[in-house]
Amino acid sequence: MPDPEKRRTSLGDIVTNNYVWRSIFRHGYADTPRNRVLQVSANVWLHLHPSKMRRHGIRYRHTWCAGGLTFLLYLCTVVTGVVLMFYYRPTGEYAYWDVKYLDFDIPFGMIMRNMHRWAAHGMVIFIWLHMFRVFMTGSYKPPREFNWVVGVNLLTLTLLLSFTGYLLPWDQLAIWAVTVGTNMARATPLLGTEGPFGPQLGMTPRYDARALLTAGTVVGAPTLLRFYVLHCIFIPVIASILMILHFWRIRKDGGISGPL
Amino acid sequence: MAENIQPGTIQDQEEVKVQSGRARAALPAADLPDKVHTWPYLVRAEFISGCILLLVLMVWSITVDAPMEEPANPTKTPNPSKAPWYFLGLQEMLVYFDPWIAGVLLPTLIIVGLMIIPYVDINPKGNGYYTFSERKFAISTFLVGFLGMWVGMITIGVFFRGPGWNLFMPWDYWDPHKVVPLTNIDLPYKIGFRSQMGAMTCGAILVLGWLVGVPGVVWQLKKHTPFMRQLGMMRYGIVATLFMIMAGVLVKMVLRLSLNIKYILVIPNILNI
Repeated sequence: MPDPEKRRTSLGDIVTNNYVWRSIFRHGYADTPRNRVLQVSANVWLHLHPSKMRRHGIRYRHTWCAGGLTFLLYLCTVVTGVVLMFYYRPTGEYAYWDVKYLDFDIPFGMIMRNMHRWAAHGMVIFIWLHMFRVFMTGSYKPPREFNWVVGVNLLTLTLLLSFTGYLLPWDQLAIWAVTVGTNMARATPLLGTEGPFGPQLGMTPRYDARALLTAGTVVGAPTLLRFYVLHCIFIPVIASILMILHFWRIRKDGGISGPL
Repeated sequence: MAENIQPGTIQDQEEVKVQSGRARAALPAADLPDKVHTWPYLVRAEFISGCILLLVLMVWSITVDAPMEEPANPTKTPNPSKAPWYFLGLQEMLVYFDPWIAGVLLPTLIIVGLMIIPYVDINPKGNGYYTFSERKFAISTFLVGFLGMWVGMITIGVFFRGPGWNLFMPWDYWDPHKVVPLTNIDLPYKIGFRSQMGAMTCGAILVLGWLVGVPGVVWQLKKHTPFMRQLGMMRYGIVATLFMIMAGVLVKMVLRLSLNIKYILVIPNILNI
């Protein structure tokens, strides 16, 4: 309850010193050590962080902010990607023209698609920078060994997310890049029709590792649907689960690494 | 605790340490607190870097459009057909190795190799800070592998490969009819083994010597040193094998690009390396 005796002097006071505001934000706004702790620990988004942390962890030169920025770029692709999903149909006859329609007729459609694509490329670059920084600071060493393993999995999933998205515009660039990429699966040992011991195990072009990816013998409409589902549902869900694990483990393994 | 600072006020110690170099210099090092409040110091850093990133992303997205070519046409293969740029290192390796090695085995080894790094690196130093002198082998290997090979091969694939996957300088005209003589020969032939059996034996000795012999000799020579005892044969074997495979890829690339060596070991219908 607001204090009725207190005079409302400033606009900030009027906004913050009332019942509704205080029901949402439990802590005061004065810059006191107590409120600094509560700003973090009483906030669902910020409580991912500890309320106090070791000093070197806030330095740009130690972390490059690369991991956090990778996550921010992931959020950008999620938001813009959901917008794109309203206008895009993953079928052979519509996909390309839906993207054209997005680019030229939908208000802000072009910038949504541009942001989605560039954020995805940025995410690949920043996750590499993050891995590079983590290696250079030796942050995979005990007790953070397992979190490095989770990170390598996230790196792989990021590349797969970007690769499955590459097909969706359904233009020449998309289909041939994915053709080159998926052709490699043909050479999988045991499971590919052109891989060592593949034919001996009964692999055929219609029934091998590559056919599992492309849903057929060529990159066609069934591939588009398959990649769409992988891109929009399957991989993001797995990646999100691993991200939760990754962030939680940072806290449990002692926060941002630093000299002992 | 320094006496001239009131605990529990905005003038608490972390403020002095974070914001004022002069005040920091006035305090003895042992009195400086190691921990600071996440709000505002970390949240501020994250907010600023996030804002800059979003600004760059928006300006980039306003000025540069995402590529959009003709509709997909399975009957019209572009030359060259390039994978997405982040996979061009793997596509580049197809020049040097058979597809099952370049496209399946080596990527698997990269991912697995990265994952086991923490379990084979027993050096306790350099945990949480930048150093080269305390981790010379780990950092050199990573720099060669990541910057030299992964980023390097992507650069070759993006900027130096044109029609027919031939080498072009970035400013060259991409001539689809460029004639490149196919003069590649196998290494055993080059050094004088003309019979198939001889070439196979020579190739097998070279490859096995590289992957097993060299690490084995090093192990025999060094196994009684304290470091190797601590590392153990299992960890040494894993590190040495992965290291020699990575170095071998580099050696094969150099041999191919400089001496036109196609294979080192050829066992017809079974294995080409």
